[in-house]
Amino acid sequence: MLNKSTHDIAASFSRRGVLAATAGLMMGLASLTGAKAADDTIKVGVLHSLSGTMAISETTLKDTILFLIDEQNKKGGVNGKKLEAVVVDPASNWPLFAEKARELITKDKVAVVFGCWTSVSRKSVLPVFKELNSILFYPVQYEGEESERNVFYTGAAPNQQAIPAVDYLMKDEKVKRWVLAGTDYVYPRTTNKILEAYLKSKGVAQEDIMINYTPFGHSDWQTIVADIKKFGSAGKKTAVVSTINGDANVPFYKELGNQGIKAKDIPVVAFSVGEEELAGIDTKPLVGHLAAWNYFESIKNPANEKFIKDWQTYTKNPKRVTNDPMEAHVIGFNMWVKAVEKVKSTDPDKVIDALPGIEAPNLTGGVSKMLPNHHITKPVFIGEIKGNGQFDVVWKTPSLVAGDAWSKELEGSKDLVGDWVGKKCGNFNTKTNKCLGSGS
Amino acid sequence: MPTNLSARLSTFVLSLFLIAFALPALAGPFEEAVAKFANDDYSDTEEAIGVVASSGNKLAFPIISALQDGRLMADPDSKKVYVTGADGKSIDAATGEPVASVPDTASAVRLNNRLRRSVDAAIGSLTLQSPDVGTRLQAAQSVFKSHEETALEAVDGAFAKETNKSVKAALGEARAAILLFKSDATEVEKLEAVATLKARGDQEAMALLTGMGDQPASVTKAAASAIGSIQSSLAVWSTVQNAWYGLSLGSVLLLAAIGLAITFGVMGVINMAHGEMVMIGAYTTFVVQEVIRTRYPALFDYSLLIAVPLAFLVAGGIGVLIERSIIRFLYGRPLETLLATWGLSLVLQQAVRTMFGPTNREVGNPSWMSGAFELGQITITYNRLWILVFTLAVFAILLAMLRYTALGLEMRAVTQNRRMAASMGIATSRVDALTFGLGSGIAGIAGVALSQIDNVSPNLGQSYIIDSFMVVVFGGVGNLWGTLVGAFTLGIANKFLEPVAGAVLGKIAILVLIILFIQKRPRGLFALKGRAVEA
Repeated sequence: MLNKSTHDIAASFSRRGVLAATAGLMMGLASLTGAKAADDTIKVGVLHSLSGTMAISETTLKDTILFLIDEQNKKGGVNGKKLEAVVVDPASNWPLFAEKARELITKDKVAVVFGCWTSVSRKSVLPVFKELNSILFYPVQYEGEESERNVFYTGAAPNQQAIPAVDYLMKDEKVKRWVLAGTDYVYPRTTNKILEAYLKSKGVAQEDIMINYTPFGHSDWQTIVADIKKFGSAGKKTAVVSTINGDANVPFYKELGNQGIKAKDIPVVAFSVGEEELAGIDTKPLVGHLAAWNYFESIKNPANEKFIKDWQTYTKNPKRVTNDPMEAHVIGFNMWVKAVEKVKSTDPDKVIDALPGIEAPNLTGGVSKMLPNHHITKPVFIGEIKGNGQFDVVWKTPSLVAGDAWSKELEGSKDLVGDWVGKKCGNFNTKTNKCLGSGS
Repeated sequence: MPTNLSARLSTFVLSLFLIAFALPALAGPFEEAVAKFANDDYSDTEEAIGVVASSGNKLAFPIISALQDGRLMADPDSKKVYVTGADGKSIDAATGEPVASVPDTASAVRLNNRLRRSVDAAIGSLTLQSPDVGTRLQAAQSVFKSHEETALEAVDGAFAKETNKSVKAALGEARAAILLFKSDATEVEKLEAVATLKARGDQEAMALLTGMGDQPASVTKAAASAIGSIQSSLAVWSTVQNAWYGLSLGSVLLLAAIGLAITFGVMGVINMAHGEMVMIGAYTTFVVQEVIRTRYPALFDYSLLIAVPLAFLVAGGIGVLIERSIIRFLYGRPLETLLATWGLSLVLQQAVRTMFGPTNREVGNPSWMSGAFELGQITITYNRLWILVFTLAVFAILLAMLRYTALGLEMRAVTQNRRMAASMGIATSRVDALTFGLGSGIAGIAGVALSQIDNVSPNLGQSYIIDSFMVVVFGGVGNLWGTLVGAFTLGIANKFLEPVAGAVLGKIAILVLIILFIQKRPRGLFALKGRAVEA
C-alpha cells in the first residue's frame, strides 16, 4: 500500500511541474506511442522495469526490443504490417507487473509481450496471461520447475547453466568442496536445491557443501568472505557457486579482491553476473573468476559482431555492452516473427501452436530451436573475467543443450515433462501417465 | 597434424638459425616447448610452462613472467612467440634475439586458473634466489602454496644461502609443505614438517595438515594435535575478527546515519530523502574521478580528498534548496514531511537515473584504499580501516562545530527553544536552512566513503535509509553521542550474530531486539532531557 501511494505522489508532483525532466519525459513517451495507435500495425508490449531496483538490468532489455522492432520495420515489418512498441514501466513493483500486463493486453491490445526479469514478477503476471490468453517471452535464466502454455522461456533453465558450470569445475578444476552462496529468494533457493541434489548424486559429502543466503542488496560481506576463506582451508579444492543477484555482487567481489581471495585459489562461478554488472567494477582483482552463460559479448562470430555494431549505432554509444538476456530476447523475437509469418496471423492460439519447432539463429553461431516444453536449445559457455570487464570463454558444451522445464535432480519433478504439442500439458507425469494440470 | 608439422618445421628452421649463429642456447626441447605457446591450447601451454621453467635457460624467467602479465605474444600462423617488454621492445622468446616488431596476427597467450597456478609455481621456483628480498619472500610463499616436489632442490639451495630471517622462515615452511606431501620423505622429516606448520599456525597451514592424506601413524597423530592447537588459536582470533568487522560495520552505519542525526535528530524532520543525499555524494565522487581520469590521471590517488569538499558542497547546496523550497512549508506536519521527502527521494533517484543511466558507475579505489594487511591471524582491509578513521574524524569535526562555533550555538539554541532563540535575534529560518544543508552535506561526504565499498547506482541511498533511521532512533533522537554508541552497538551485535544465525536471520534478530528495546525505552539509549523534548 505504501508503495502505491508514493507512486501517486510522484505522479502528482510531476503534474504540478515540480518534477524535472525525468517523469515527464517518460509520460510523454507513453502518450506518444499511445497516440500513434493505428489498425495497420502490430503492437508489441514491452514489460520491463524502467525505475526502481531492477531498472539497472531491465532498461537495457527494453532498449533491445525497441532496437529489434526498429530493425524489423526497416525490413518491412511482419506480414506487411509495421510493428509498434508499447512500453510500460512496472517500476520493479511485483503487483504492478500484473496490472501493467493486463493494461497491455486489454487496453493496448498487444499481440505479444516481451518482459519480466525476476521470477517473482513472472509469477505475478502468469495468471493474467492465462486468463486473457496472450503470449509472454521471458528472457532471463531462471530456476525452472515451470512450463506454461502462454509463456516462452528463452533464458537458461538450470540444466543449461548451473549443472554444466558445476561439471566444469569438477572436471577441470578438480573442485571437491562447494560453497553455494545466493540471495535469499526463489531463484537461488531452487537452483541451490537442484545443485545440492546433483552434487550429492556425484558423491560429494554433506560436510563439503556450505549453503549461505544473504538479503537483497547485502553490502557488508566481510563475515561471509572470511567464512568462505575458512571453509576453503580444509585441504580440498574449493569453489563458490554464486547465485547472488543484482547490486549485492559489486561489494561481494570488492571484498573478495580486498581480502586477497584469488580465482586461482578459490574460484567463484556466477550465474547472474554478466558484462552489464561488471561495468560497475574494476575487474583487475577479479581476473579468472568465472561466469556461466549461453552468450558472451566477446564470442567471435560474424553474427555477433554485426549485432554489437548495430546495437552500438542504434544506442549511439560505442561502449554499450551486450549480454545474455539481450541475446535471449533476440532469439525470442525472431522466433515470434517467424511463427507469425508462418501462420499469417497474430492470433495467440495459432502463434502458440506454431512456435514449438521454430528455429532461429543465436548470436554464437548455432541455431536455437523452440521445444514442446516452451524452452529453447542453447549452447553453454564458461567464461573467465578479464581485466577489461569482458569474458574469455574457457569451455563450452560440444553441442546445444535442450532446456529442461522440470529438473531431473529433484525428487518432486524428475518424472515430469512439459509438452504443449503432443500432450497439451505443462506438467505431464511420465510415471503415472497423467497430466497434473494447473492444480499443482 | 599440419599445425604440428609446421611447428616442428619452424623449430627446425629455428635450430638451424641458432647453430648458424652459434648461440649458447641448445636447440631442442626448449625451443619446441616455446613454440607450443602458439597452439592456443591450455594443455600445450601447461606442458610448455613446465619444460621452460625447468630448462635452466636464462630466457625462462622473462618468458614466464611475460606470460603472467599477458605480455607473451604468440603468432598462430608462424608459431613464433615473442616477449614484449613494458618499454615496447620485443624479443623472440625462443632465441632472445631482439625483433623490430611483433606481427599483427600475434595475440597474448591465454591463461586459465589452472595455468595461473602453474605460472605462479614456476615463477616461485625461478625467483627463489633473486637479489630482491621482497621477490624472494613472494617466491617462497608461492612455492609453499604449490608445494610441488620438483621445487625441493631449488628450495634447499636457496635455504642454505638465505640470510634474511623472514625469507628463511618462509623457505623453511615451503620446505615443510613439500616434505609433507613427498611420498619418500622420512618419518623424521615429516614430523619436523608438521612442527613447522604448527608454528605457522594459520588457515593455510591447517589446510595442508588436513589435506595430507595417508601418513605413518606417528605423523597423523602429530598432525591431529597440531590441527587442534591451530584451531583453538584460530577460534580466539575469530572473536577478534568479529569485533573488528563489527566496528567496521558500525562505522559505515554511523557514517550513513550521522547526517540524519542532524536533520532528523536535531531538527526533527523525517527526511526520507536522506539516502539520496548519500547517493549524490557518491555520484560527485564518480564525476570527480571521471574528470581526473581524462584530464589529470596523476592525481587519481587524491581523487577522494578532492571529492570530499565537493560532495559536501553539492549535497549541502541541494539540501538548502530542498529546505527552502519544500520542507520549510511543512514544519510541524510530520506526516506530510514524510510523504513529501519520500516523493522527493523518488524524484532524485529518477533524475540521477536519467542523467547517468540506470547501470552502476565505476568508482575506483585509490591505491591506498586497496588490499589488506594481516594482523595476527585476521585480515584487515585498508578501505574498511580508512572508513573507520574517516567516520571518527567527521564525527569529531561535527561535534566540535556544534560546540565551538557561532553557527553551532545558534543551531542548538533554535532546536532547544525556537521562540526564545528568535526573540534573542537569531534568524531562525536561516539557521534552519543551514542546519538542513549541514546534515545533507555530511550525508554527501558519507557518499564519498560509501562509493568505495558499495555500488554507485541510483538505488545506493535506499539501502541505507532504514539502517540510518534505526541507528538514530536506537541511539536517542537528538543526541550525537547516542548515534555513535548506537551505530557501534548495532554493528558489533550484528557481526556476532551473523556467523551463528546467518545474514538474513541476523538482520531480523537485530530488528526484533530494537523493537523490544524501544518498547522499554522509547527515547532510545541516550534520551535528551529538557524542554526541547516536549516541544
